[in-house]
Amino acid sequence: MKSSALFVLAAVILFGFVSVAGAAEPYKVGAVFAVTGPASWLGEPEKNTVKMIEEEINANGGINGRPLEIIVEDTVGEEAKTVLAVKKLITREKVCAIVGPSRSGTTMAVVPIAERYKVPLISCAAAEAIIKPVKKWVFKTPQSDADAVRRIYEKCQEMKIDKIAIMSGTTGFGKAGRDQLKKLAAEYGMTIVADETYGPKDTDMTAQLTKIKATKAQAIVNWSIVPAQTTVIKNRSQLGIKIPLFQSHGFGNVKYARTAGAAADGVMCPAGRLLAVDTLPDDNPQKALLAKYKKDYETKFKADASTFGGHAFDAIMLVVEALKAVGDDKAKIRDYIENKKGFVGTGGIFNFSATDHVGLDKTAFEMLMVKDGNFVVAK
Amino acid sequence: MRFVRNYSSLLLFVLLLAGIPFFVEDPYFLSILVFVGIYSIATMGLNLLMGYAGQISLGHAAFYAIGAYTSGILTSQYNVNFFLSGGCAIALAVVVAYIIGIPCLRLKGHYLAMGTLAFGEIVYIFLNATVDFTGGPSGIAAIPEFRVGEFFFDSDLKFYILVWCIFILLFVVTRNIVHSRMGRALRSLHGSEQAASAMGVNVADLKVKVFVLSAAYAALAGVLYAHFVTFISPQTSDLMFSIRLVTMVVVGGMGHLWGCVLGSAILTVLPEMLSYFEDYDMLIYGCILLGMVMFLPGGLTRGAEMLYAKCVKKAGKRGDA
Repeated sequence: MKSSALFVLAAVILFGFVSVAGAAEPYKVGAVFAVTGPASWLGEPEKNTVKMIEEEINANGGINGRPLEIIVEDTVGEEAKTVLAVKKLITREKVCAIVGPSRSGTTMAVVPIAERYKVPLISCAAAEAIIKPVKKWVFKTPQSDADAVRRIYEKCQEMKIDKIAIMSGTTGFGKAGRDQLKKLAAEYGMTIVADETYGPKDTDMTAQLTKIKATKAQAIVNWSIVPAQTTVIKNRSQLGIKIPLFQSHGFGNVKYARTAGAAADGVMCPAGRLLAVDTLPDDNPQKALLAKYKKDYETKFKADASTFGGHAFDAIMLVVEALKAVGDDKAKIRDYIENKKGFVGTGGIFNFSATDHVGLDKTAFEMLMVKDGNFVVAK
Repeated sequence: MRFVRNYSSLLLFVLLLAGIPFFVEDPYFLSILVFVGIYSIATMGLNLLMGYAGQISLGHAAFYAIGAYTSGILTSQYNVNFFLSGGCAIALAVVVAYIIGIPCLRLKGHYLAMGTLAFGEIVYIFLNATVDFTGGPSGIAAIPEFRVGEFFFDSDLKFYILVWCIFILLFVVTRNIVHSRMGRALRSLHGSEQAASAMGVNVADLKVKVFVLSAAYAALAGVLYAHFVTFISPQTSDLMFSIRLVTMVVVGGMGHLWGCVLGSAILTVLPEMLSYFEDYDMLIYGCILLGMVMFLPGGLTRGAEMLYAKCVKKAGKRGDA
C-alpha cells in the first residue's frame, strides 16, 4: 500500500510539473556573445545584462503570461564558432530572434545565415558595414562610428581646433574609425596632419606620439580598444604632450580611465549617456532608465556598468517590446522593430526605418570628460 | 579482393558518411561535420609534415588564410570561375611555401617552429595592413557560394557532400603517398636524419616537398572555408588557429592517417557538446585535452590500437583456457 501511495504522489508531482511547463510555453530568444576569449570585455557585460533582464521579466510574470527564455551561446570571439552557434539557435532551439554577436567580424560572418533563415538579428557590434547597405533581417544597437566622429569634430570646432593628428589600432574597430575620421574631415574643415597606426597588442605608442608632437596638431584623436587606449594616455603624459586628447566611443568603461590614473584627467570621448548619468539634467528622457540599469547592474554583479552591456540591454529590450506587441512570429518581430520610433534605450532614442537599421544619430552621443577617475559631461 | 582489404576502413567510413544525412537533416549538425571535414583536410597535410616527416609548423593558418583570401578576393571582386580561383589559391600557397620552405626547413627542432610561427605572424599582419586589397581587419564579406555551372552548393547538405568527397579523394592520394617510396623516405627522416641521408635520401629536398604539399592541403581547406562561411577576416588565420591545427594532429595521433579525422572531430565537436556546462566548459575541455595528452601520448588512434590489441590478447587468453 505504502509503495502505491508513493507512486500516486510521484505521479501527481510529475504531472504538476508537466502541466505547469505546458501551460506557459516560453518565448525563446537566442544570444551570442564573446563571453570568453579576447573580446570577453564585451561579451561578459552583455551576457550579464541579458541574464539579468531574463530574471527580472520572469519574476514579474513574463511577457503576455509566458516566460522569457534567453539561450546564451559563447562565441569565444571566433567566426567559425559563431556560425555554428547561430545555426544551433535557429535550427535546434528555434529561437524567434537573436541578440549579438559582440564583434563586427563575427556579426558579418552570421549575417548571411540570419538572412537565409529569416530570423531577426540585433547585433551589439559597431561597424557600419553591418547595416550599410541595409540587410532585411539585421539591426544593430551601438551608435555608428560616423556619428562619434561628427561629435568629436563639432567639439573641435567649438574649441577652435582645425589641425588634428589621428591614431588608430589595426583592428576592425580602429580601421572603421580611421576611415570615418578621414572621410568627414573636409566637411568640418579639419586638416589631418598626422595619421598613425599601431597593432592591437602593442604596449608602447611613444614612437607614434613623438611623431605627432613634431607636427602642428592642435588635438589628438585616438581610435582603438583596450588596452591600447590606456597606453596612449600614459605615453602622452610621459612625453609631456599638452594638446587635448579625444578617445573613441570604445572608451566606454570607467575602468579604463581609472587604469590610466591621473594622466587620464581631461581626456574626452563621445559616449552614450550611461557613463555620466549622475551629471545629466533631470529632464533628460533617458535619465531614469539609465540610472535604473546602472544601479541594477552594479548591485547585482559588483562591477561597473559599461556601454557595452548597454548595447545588449537595448537589443534585448527591443525584442521584448516586440514580443509584447506582436508575439513570437519572426517576420512580425522584424517589421515591428523596423517601424519602431522613439524607443528609449541606453544608447539613445532609437527611430528605426526601412532605410535605417540603427535608428540613432549624433545626438545619441554626449561628449564626456574624465575628471578624477569619473566621467562627467564636458562643458 | 586486395582493393577491399586495403581500403576496408575507408569503405566503412564512406558508408557511415553517406548514411548520416538519412538520419539527421539538422543544418547545425551538418555544419559541424562540414567544419570537421575542412579541418580534416588541413590536418591531413599537417600530419604528413609532423607525423611522417617529423617537422613542426606553427604557421599553417597562414596557408589556410592564403587559400581563403585568394579564392575569396578572386570570386567576389573579379568574378573568376571557382575552379580557376581555387587553382590560383593553391598555386599561390605552393609558391609561397616553396620560398619559405627552403630557408625555414634548414632549421631544426624548436627553431623550425619559431621560423614558421614568424611567417604566420607576417601573413596575419599583412592581411590586417593591406586594407585596399584584403579589406584589412574588417575582412571580406559576400563571397559567393561555391557552384559548378548552374548547380549551387547553397545548403549545408550539399556542402557536406562536397567537402567529404574531396576529403575521400585526398585520403586515397595521401594514403598512396604514405605507402610509396616517398612515404618510406619520410618515415626514415622522422627516425634519424643522418641515417636517412646515409641511405641516399635527399633530406633537404624531401622536407621542402612535404612542406609544400601540406601547404597545398591547408590552402584547399581555406578555399572551402571561404565559400562555406562566405566571410573571411584575418581572425581566421591568427596564431591560435595554427596551434589548434597542431593540437588536432597531436590529439588525433601523429603519423596515422585517421588521426586527422579523429583529432578534428574531437576538437570541433567537444566544445559544442560542452557548451551545455556553460561557465565550466573551458575547464572540462582543458582537463579532457590534458588527460588525452598525458595518458595517450600517441594520440587517439594509437590509443584505440592499443585497446584493440589488449582486447584481442584477452580474448586469445580466454580461448586458451
